[in-house]
Amino acid sequence: MYELRSVTKRYTRGKEAVHALDGIDLTIADGDRLVIQGPTGGGKSTLLQMLGGLDRPTSGEVVLDGTDLARLSEARLTKVRSENIGFVFQSFNLIPTLTAQENVETALVPLGVKAKERRERAAQALESVGLGERLGHLPGEMSGGQQQRVAIARALVRQPKVLLADEPTGNLDEGMRDEIMDVLERMWKELGLTFVMVTHDSAIARKAPRLATIRKGSITVRENAAS
Amino acid sequence: MFFTYLRRELRRRRRAALVVASGLALGIALVIVVDSVSSGMGKAQDTVLQSLYGLGTDMTVTKAASPTQDGSERPRFQFDARDDGSDEEQSSDRVMVRGFQTLSAATVTDVGGQNGVADAVGGLNLQVVKVSGQFTRGRFEQNGSGGTGRGPGGGQPSGEVKGGGAQFDVNSYSVFGTDVTKPALGPLTSSKITSGRAFTTSETDGKVAVVDSAYAKEKSLEVGSSLTVKGTAFSVIGIATADSGDPAADVYIPLEQAQTLADSADKVTTIYVKATDSQKIDSVKSAIQKNVSGTTVTTSTDLADTVSGSLSTASSLATTVGKWLSIVVLVAAFLVAGLLTSSAVSRRVREFGTLKALGWRSGRVTRQVVGEAMVNGLLGGVLGIALGLAGAYAVTAVSPTLQAQLGGGGAGGGSGGRGGFGGPGRQAASRTLDVALTAPVSPATVGLAVGLAVAGGLVAGAFGGWRASRLRPADALRRVE
Repeated sequence: MYELRSVTKRYTRGKEAVHALDGIDLTIADGDRLVIQGPTGGGKSTLLQMLGGLDRPTSGEVVLDGTDLARLSEARLTKVRSENIGFVFQSFNLIPTLTAQENVETALVPLGVKAKERRERAAQALESVGLGERLGHLPGEMSGGQQQRVAIARALVRQPKVLLADEPTGNLDEGMRDEIMDVLERMWKELGLTFVMVTHDSAIARKAPRLATIRKGSITVRENAAS
Repeated sequence: MFFTYLRRELRRRRRAALVVASGLALGIALVIVVDSVSSGMGKAQDTVLQSLYGLGTDMTVTKAASPTQDGSERPRFQFDARDDGSDEEQSSDRVMVRGFQTLSAATVTDVGGQNGVADAVGGLNLQVVKVSGQFTRGRFEQNGSGGTGRGPGGGQPSGEVKGGGAQFDVNSYSVFGTDVTKPALGPLTSSKITSGRAFTTSETDGKVAVVDSAYAKEKSLEVGSSLTVKGTAFSVIGIATADSGDPAADVYIPLEQAQTLADSADKVTTIYVKATDSQKIDSVKSAIQKNVSGTTVTTSTDLADTVSGSLSTASSLATTVGKWLSIVVLVAAFLVAGLLTSSAVSRRVREFGTLKALGWRSGRVTRQVVGEAMVNGLLGGVLGIALGLAGAYAVTAVSPTLQAQLGGGGAGGGSGGRGGFGGPGRQAASRTLDVALTAPVSPATVGLAVGLAVAGGLVAGAFGGWRASRLRPADALRRVE
């Protein structure tokens, strides 16, 4: 379970001081599915990075299962990320020289999983997202939707508690978007994940059980009765 | 995963990898060629010095130079003129100590007794000048045929001297009196006996001679021939051929015989010294100069300083320009490799940011970058060693001839004169030797090249690794959005 208390993030862009997050309080229960929306530059991605332990708040607490990520050393934070959190990025962020299977394996490397087991688990993960026939393909040999499915397999192969997705369908056409959302929803249900997703897509937002909107660093959360 | 990732990345960035490897290869090849050529120069200099000293000699001791004498010791020849028409041939030879400076034979014992001296042997270096020919008087012939035959003054017969004069040949050659009881030391060790035999240790009084092959050919001498020096006949027992360059002398005879010929009993011109430890030559030199007064000690290092000519020029080029060029190219190659690796990391921030987001520790990412740089470095090393070996092989195959000028007006200054270096026949004038340059590559040189390749890889890896380790995942991901 996530608990964010008075989380503030300030940084400077040139000579300008930017308040990306301004005293945010937020609770995300285990197994929750939260969609974050808001205008560009409103602080959505910054919030996601705080949740993922990729960045630290200027002030406040980001507590995951009783541990304040803001206070952890870099090494501990890296461990938390490798064991508990899966990421899916808008640009897929696959290693272009590695095959689909090897890309998925990269998520298991920090856990010290042996090579043989790595290969098997990566193959299973790719199978589960419908890419069992594409294990040896390089990212450049696959469509955008297939690349994003590889990224989803990479995020889920180590069975994290939390899945954080930053505009996962932002670079995809409508058909692909639905395909990816179907995969993500299926995984969320099957694995009982806590799923937090940033999106601009209103169609996706409408289906979310909880919707958070960030504007100028402030957040409002509402339950979505329509979902 | 480490090797798979590394292999794929190097294949993807093979052009950049080739640039980095080529830069390092160039620097490493240059180091190998310069090092091997320097080593070849050293060998060439050793050859030159060995031709003077002979094997095993670490230094020579000669009498300290004293003011030039008045020339009274220059050879003078006297011949009586014979009647015109006489075909009687007269000859006379003079035996002189080369440089006119001698040391007492007791000095050999003194030098041999110094700390650090393994052995010392004396030698007497002589120059023989032989003049032979016909010297006849002129014939007075009166002018006219039955005329008055008187000069203007009257009373005196007029006429002119006709005929007479001199027709002679001058033969100058060097003779070296060698201590036959110690055949392992001295200038004869720089020659090989190619015909006949060497002196035996019992031939101190023998009228025997070893003749240099070039002189023997010129004078049609062979083993068994007789050679007369100042009226003494010597039997030629061996023909010696210099290992390289000019021989130490034209004729070698036992020391005592040489002393008798030159009226220099118990005198030597040069003492050849072998040190107990080649690392202590300088201290032995100091000890001799301090304890044995009136001597000049010349080591091979001193002698090397007097080498001039293209060998010296090439040697100084190799040790100065070559060395600095190698350093500059290597530093440039290291820098380029470092900057290219660093720039490659900059282009891969999203990649490394993603890996860090997935939980890869900075150390693992850094190792990956350093690993790639190391492979580039080793690739450069392999290329550089191949290039360097090819360059060294080419130098050896071409074997350019270098000239070495020794002594004379060289850097030896005062010691270049008659009191100078130990080689007989070397003291009065400079001489020129032709030496073929080779470029031997030693295992140490190859080891150095491998070390440089590893160092190049580490330097490049340090640049890139430092950058990669400082990369924060959030910054990396933010920068590409």
